[in-house]
Amino acid sequence: MSALLEIDKLSLEFRTRSGIVRALENVSLQLPEGGSLGLVGESGSGKSVLSFAVLGIQDAAATITGGTIRFAGTDLLADGGSAMKTMRGRELAMIFQNPRVALNPIRQVGRQIEDVLLRHTALRGAAARARAIECLADVRIPDPERRYSAYPFELSGGMCQRVMIAIALACKPRLLIADEPTTGLDVTTQAAIMRLIRDLGREKGMATLLITHDLGLARDFCDKLAVMHAGHIVEVGPTETLFRTPAHPYTAQLVRATPVGQERLENLASIPGNLPDLRRGDLPPCRFSERCELRSPACATPLPNLVVSPGHLVGCHHPQARSSP
Amino acid sequence: MLTTILKRLLGAIPNLIGVVVVTFLLTRALPGDPAAFFAGGAGTAEAVEEIRKKLGLDKSLPEQFIVYVRDLARGDWGMSHATGQPVLTELTTRLPASLELTLAALLLAVIIAIPLGILAATRPGSWVDHLCRGIATAGVSLPTFFTGLLLAYIFYFLLGWAPAPLGRLDPYLSAPPLVTGFYLIDSLIARDFPVFVGALKQLILPTITLALFVLAPLARMTRASMLGVLSADFIRTARASGLAPRTVLFSYAFRNALLPVMTTLGMVFSFLLGSNVLVEKVFAWPGIGSFAIEALVASDYAPVQGFVLSMALLYVLLNLSIDIAYGFVDPRMKIEN
Ligand SMILES: Nc1ncnc2c1ncn2[C@@H]1O[C@H](COP(=O)(O)OP(=O)(O)OP(=O)(O)O)[C@@H](O)[C@H]1O
Ligand SMILES: [Mg+2]
Repeated sequence: MSALLEIDKLSLEFRTRSGIVRALENVSLQLPEGGSLGLVGESGSGKSVLSFAVLGIQDAAATITGGTIRFAGTDLLADGGSAMKTMRGRELAMIFQNPRVALNPIRQVGRQIEDVLLRHTALRGAAARARAIECLADVRIPDPERRYSAYPFELSGGMCQRVMIAIALACKPRLLIADEPTTGLDVTTQAAIMRLIRDLGREKGMATLLITHDLGLARDFCDKLAVMHAGHIVEVGPTETLFRTPAHPYTAQLVRATPVGQERLENLASIPGNLPDLRRGDLPPCRFSERCELRSPACATPLPNLVVSPGHLVGCHHPQARSSP
Repeated sequence: MLTTILKRLLGAIPNLIGVVVVTFLLTRALPGDPAAFFAGGAGTAEAVEEIRKKLGLDKSLPEQFIVYVRDLARGDWGMSHATGQPVLTELTTRLPASLELTLAALLLAVIIAIPLGILAATRPGSWVDHLCRGIATAGVSLPTFFTGLLLAYIFYFLLGWAPAPLGRLDPYLSAPPLVTGFYLIDSLIARDFPVFVGALKQLILPTITLALFVLAPLARMTRASMLGVLSADFIRTARASGLAPRTVLFSYAFRNALLPVMTTLGMVFSFLLGSNVLVEKVFAWPGIGSFAIEALVASDYAPVQGFVLSMALLYVLLNLSIDIAYGFVDPRMKIEN
């Protein structure tokens, strides 16, 4: 399998008034065509920043200080991101959390889908409208013709998220980034939305990058997991391997903190310590070391990138040997 | 829609009644005796008494009020004792003068302030942003009569580019036949282009004066509102779906930023209408503000009451139109609900 999305040693920082926030450092990830990758990690670890950087919609204060992002072989960062301009929304699409505020509140939802179609396809007028209604039907919205002219405030949160998925999938992208797509929805709706994303992804052979707090969800949904901590990817590997034999102490703690049920990470205050302040000038090579039980003098030296098993990588001086689940 | 508008208008009636009562009481509570004022310094006590009787001021307050309301109901807004004209006639000629000036100033201000505010919001920290802030500060700190005098001094007195600041029209031209009361429109209806040009020339300096004043709140509000909207989640969605920057800026951001701008516009408009007295004075503009002030100084009740009442009516209409406009911009604000 060739990689559809290939992020290599990406570093990004925010220049703010209170200092430089080193939000991403040497982040590397691969996502194959049609694959599904879960990006997990506690709040503030840089998951959203990473996905915004892939789409080239990062904050104006952000600067990419190193690394490359390739999509289907194209360098997305070359020429100030010019390649991205034509691909965003067509080849790569994104859905966000809080669907109610992520849609334009004063534009009919059908029109919002149509805007994307008008931008990326040759469809015009009635044909565009018809296709927009089809898109609504695709995400299993009942009575799509009538819903075309609904405004977001007239729809439920779950419906809004379906509309957002319809916007994202309108041009049949090859990669969908879903940034906590179920936050703010009730449990049944969550399940329905995730099923929808999975089914549509399979139907269209679309790769999915799922960003979530919810390890249980990631386990159900993704074939690969990447664990993020304070702007580093600390461990990547096949989902089940990571759950059974986590190599990084942080992953191990995350897994231990996730019961089999649908417990959410933020409810489990079992990981001691906080993320380090990313503005500090003296961040250690391993940003987890200050919270780590296994910390040793070696942790002050540059991080290794160990291959535990094929496809299972960890950035740690003290990878845990085949610990029990 | 129509029935809602009608309902809203009917709903405003209690407010208008309140205005009638309050202005009546307020004018009566004002210091100064109109009878004495009109009798003049040399007026004898008997003369004052006679005038008082003629004005109906010898009656008790409730009686005066009943007379006032009865006349109002008949469409008689009383006489201006200072000018000897019926108040309604005065208002219908002077209100359009003020309205024309105010609307022209608002239009000019909107044309400049909104693009300026948008540019400033999309390029924070740039020279446009600094210009926007500079104008906002200048607009607040320069009193209108000062800018008015300064403009008249430079463009009329020094450069001679502008006509004399003497009202709405050159004395050699005659006003166009009255249709709307707006000289620019009426002269076009009458196809009288010299009058159109003449009226336009007279209008330019006072319009700029007022527009400078209005520019500040409008530009500032546009900038702030745009900044708020541009950081909203749905703008990120729009950008993530690859929409053209122009579409994101106008169809998505600006339309959402419009509501607070419209509110400011309405506030500025109502503020200007009644309070551009100083500009009217500087440019000898026969507007409603200077009329009201003169009447107030003369303790001339009927014009003051007429002024306040017509302002109240205008505010009702203004608020209604703003609410209707809200509904067009934001479906959540449809006045049906
Ligand atoms: N515009 C910005 N300016 C400065 N710092 C920023 C900015 N945006 C994000 N950051 C910082 O980058 C880091 C990563 O933030 P990010 O939003 O990616 O976290 P996240 O993993 O998505 O968290 P969550 O799970 O809460 O969504 C945080 O420390 C945050 O403070
Ligand atoms: Mg996030």
